[in-house]
Amino acid sequence: MDRLVARYVAKMVEQRIADDGMPVLGCRDSDIVWSREDPKITGILEDVFEHLNINSLLHCRPAEPYGSMIEYLAAHSDGAILPQDTETRTFLHDLPLAASFTMEEVVHNLKRRKTVILPGGEIISFGTVSPQQAFIGFSSVCFACFVKFMSDRLQDYRAAKMDDPARRIMDDALQKLQISHTHEKISHGGPYITQDEVHREMARVGRLTVMNGMVDSYFGNISYLMDDTLYISQTGSSLDELEGTIDPYPLDGSSCAGITASSELTAHLRILETTGKRAILHGHPKFSVIMSLDCRVEDCDGAGRCHLECPKMRTIGDVPIVSGEVGTGRYGLCNTVPEAMVGNRGVIVYGHGLFTVGQTDLDEPLNNLLDIERLCLDEFVRLTS
Amino acid sequence: MVRYGWTGRILEVYLGDRTSRVIEPPAWLYEKFIGGKGLAGHYLSQHLDMEWDDPDMPILIFAGPLVGTRAPTSGRTTVMSRSPLTGTVGDTSVGGGLGTKMKRARYDGIILRGSSNKWIGVEIVDDSVAFVDASPLLGLTNGDAMDLLAGKGSVALIGPAAQRGVRFSSLMVDRHFAAARNGIGLGFAKKQIKYLSIDGGARVPVYDARELVRAREDIFRLVSASPILLGESGIRNMGTPALYDLMHTRRMMPTDNFRTTFFSDAPDLNANAVKERYSPRKKGCTGCHILCKKGSRDGVVLPEFETLSHFTALLCNNDLHTAVRANELCNEYGIDTISAAVTLACFSEIEGERLTPDRIMEILGQIVRREDIGDQLADGSALWAASRGKPSLSMSVKGLELPAYDPRGAYGMALAYATSTRGGCHLRAYPIGHEILRKPVATDRFSFAGKARTIKIAEDTNAVIDSLTACKFVFFASSLEEYAHALTAVTGVETTATDLSKTGERIYYHERIMNARWGFSSKDDDLPPRFFEEAGSSGPDFDVPPLNRDDFLGARGRYYKIRGLDADGAPTRDKAKELDLKWTG
Repeated sequence: MDRLVARYVAKMVEQRIADDGMPVLGCRDSDIVWSREDPKITGILEDVFEHLNINSLLHCRPAEPYGSMIEYLAAHSDGAILPQDTETRTFLHDLPLAASFTMEEVVHNLKRRKTVILPGGEIISFGTVSPQQAFIGFSSVCFACFVKFMSDRLQDYRAAKMDDPARRIMDDALQKLQISHTHEKISHGGPYITQDEVHREMARVGRLTVMNGMVDSYFGNISYLMDDTLYISQTGSSLDELEGTIDPYPLDGSSCAGITASSELTAHLRILETTGKRAILHGHPKFSVIMSLDCRVEDCDGAGRCHLECPKMRTIGDVPIVSGEVGTGRYGLCNTVPEAMVGNRGVIVYGHGLFTVGQTDLDEPLNNLLDIERLCLDEFVRLTS
Repeated sequence: MVRYGWTGRILEVYLGDRTSRVIEPPAWLYEKFIGGKGLAGHYLSQHLDMEWDDPDMPILIFAGPLVGTRAPTSGRTTVMSRSPLTGTVGDTSVGGGLGTKMKRARYDGIILRGSSNKWIGVEIVDDSVAFVDASPLLGLTNGDAMDLLAGKGSVALIGPAAQRGVRFSSLMVDRHFAAARNGIGLGFAKKQIKYLSIDGGARVPVYDARELVRAREDIFRLVSASPILLGESGIRNMGTPALYDLMHTRRMMPTDNFRTTFFSDAPDLNANAVKERYSPRKKGCTGCHILCKKGSRDGVVLPEFETLSHFTALLCNNDLHTAVRANELCNEYGIDTISAAVTLACFSEIEGERLTPDRIMEILGQIVRREDIGDQLADGSALWAASRGKPSLSMSVKGLELPAYDPRGAYGMALAYATSTRGGCHLRAYPIGHEILRKPVATDRFSFAGKARTIKIAEDTNAVIDSLTACKFVFFASSLEEYAHALTAVTGVETTATDLSKTGERIYYHERIMNARWGFSSKDDDLPPRFFEEAGSSGPDFDVPPLNRDDFLGARGRYYKIRGLDADGAPTRDKAKELDLKWTG
């Protein structure tokens, strides 16, 4: 229990969504273990534990710029923040706001949803199986609110109505991001010839993907084809901790051991078919998502259904934007991304994230991911300057 | 009076004098127990002074408020009584169309009371209840009997095994769906009910159809995102045998009566082998789009994961077709495949006889006919092993044989087997979801840390699912959050995930109260000693040691505390009061 609590607090700090010493994470079996004692917070959270059938609770004001963005969105929303990204649509539905930090307000909201946002921008989230769920909820709120905040600013800018506080928050965020997006090309070479090498390279590139801020939390996936077996990250794995969480999927279907493979396994398999490439990386880089939401087509027949099916051919630079939901099913992105990937280095899925491919090694899709995100960031900056 | 989702009507059938009447429970009772397993438990708890075979011990067939509506995967039914096999609360959730037809006949449940003096069928069509001579069906296998009952709506039928008194006999619904565990089929046989059919034409009224569509979309979106459900290797494509390879690679496949956890022939007996040999076609319950059940081209239902694993690895059998034939025989004669295979494995170990494919089929045939050695094995592994002076070699908990997940490879599963109110059951908490399938998130399968509360929460959640009566598989992707939305839309009664979870806690505690009255205590919340004394099979880079007894008991103690039980696992008056349950201690 102590180990689990310490692990997720450290992960929040590593992923720069929380400042060191800020998270209050409690995990409860028969007794509660807290990451730190803060009677003003833990006193209320202990009461919350008594009213919910859960095993973990997290309270934290996110690190900047997330904290300011969430506080701003909360002040300008009524009852709940309604982001349009896929993480929210699929897993969180909406982001309720509490009027105050009291047991009653927190319980009222967490009875219905996985997270609640307090007036000061703090987030409370919970888990029923592991504190990992509380971490994911927290991280997803940060991601969703970043995307919404920046998407809203793009619209504000076009309507010439951006207020000063929003401008300040946006500029601060962009200034920091421009630094962290500077990167050097990486090349280790492929193709890989042993399973150990595949595992090692997937873990290395996965870590770089997270370190570069190209994916948060337990989202994103990565795969590499060698000898008619696709090695792919497991569902719910963290790209910066892939050791022991890579599934082999034999292309002849002779084993179902890959039942725990990423929910995007079908998309990866079809991308292999349509492109003949060997390496695939999927992340949720924020500006790729933000720019995918920025559609200026008026009087569109598909309005309101952009995440399901889009009748237009949209691009950012040379990169196509397609519709599609997570996984399979009628509107699954496995039906849109593979075809759009033909002849392209990457494809952005509306409101969701970015898929990139490489011919021989995993550095190529990582470089493509970084380049395309940089392209989207530059485009955002150009549009808001 | 309830108006939406629930019909507000329960049919009581009196088998002795062949009469029936409709009762209309108050709305608070529905809100207190939801329906399905919860509501059935309410009626079962009025008979705590009875043995399972007392003529006044009822059999309860209940559906939940979502059944018959467009809420996803909500077409299941609870069948409950006191278990003929174990003496515990004996409920089983079954697929098919039984619940849907019951709701369309405008009943939330059917209570079968008393006993008939000769074999009958109970035929229900809307408000009409007929008692029909069932003697022409007695010599028939289930498939043949179902052929004769075609056109009567949904049919629940016991087979020849129940007629002959097999303690782990099942109830087959709509030919392909088994209410298998706990020996519920023998309860029907004791009352001399050969079958129950039901048909109805009413629609289940929904309070807010638009909101239900929204809830449905949220659930479908999550299901589509689930690799376990709809992925390439998921159970829609491959059926539940999709789990076979996973249990093999995780060294959790019970082999040779749980003496090892690795079966070297497994890669040739997996879901792909089934697919290549039998070209399965998808089948499913009414109202489900996952369609996890598989049948061969000639109509034979193919084994589920548990059955496939136990009729191969557990018996050291490497002949796939024997597993398929064994499954078919169990279904045709009406016995639980899990209990049957574990009982055979127990026999194999105690007698020191390696069972060939022919011998497996021979003994199974003797069990369903209760002849030769089968007459003794028909009482289940626990009674048989005890009769041979080796009770520890029955791989069961509370007398219910264990499914195909070795607890040494998943410590939450170990705890959940022990605390399950119906004995050796994987579905009360199904920690395989997080310990192996990584849903909703992955947990450390070789650790008890945090598992006591996790198991308690999951038991509460699954009690709600069985009361709704929905399918547990969909909860690999969805949660009570989305189903609370659906339930509110269907019934108009505002509820939340937390409200439902509290109701689930009440339903589960209610079962602990009943079991306590029937003499169950901490001595029964335990595992066979083998799991604490013998290691499982090691993997390429990990060991599967025996469970640490002290760690297990520590986790069980924490579970008791969290569940509100005393140190001996007994319910307390205070907790019963908190949950608004009648104290019968």
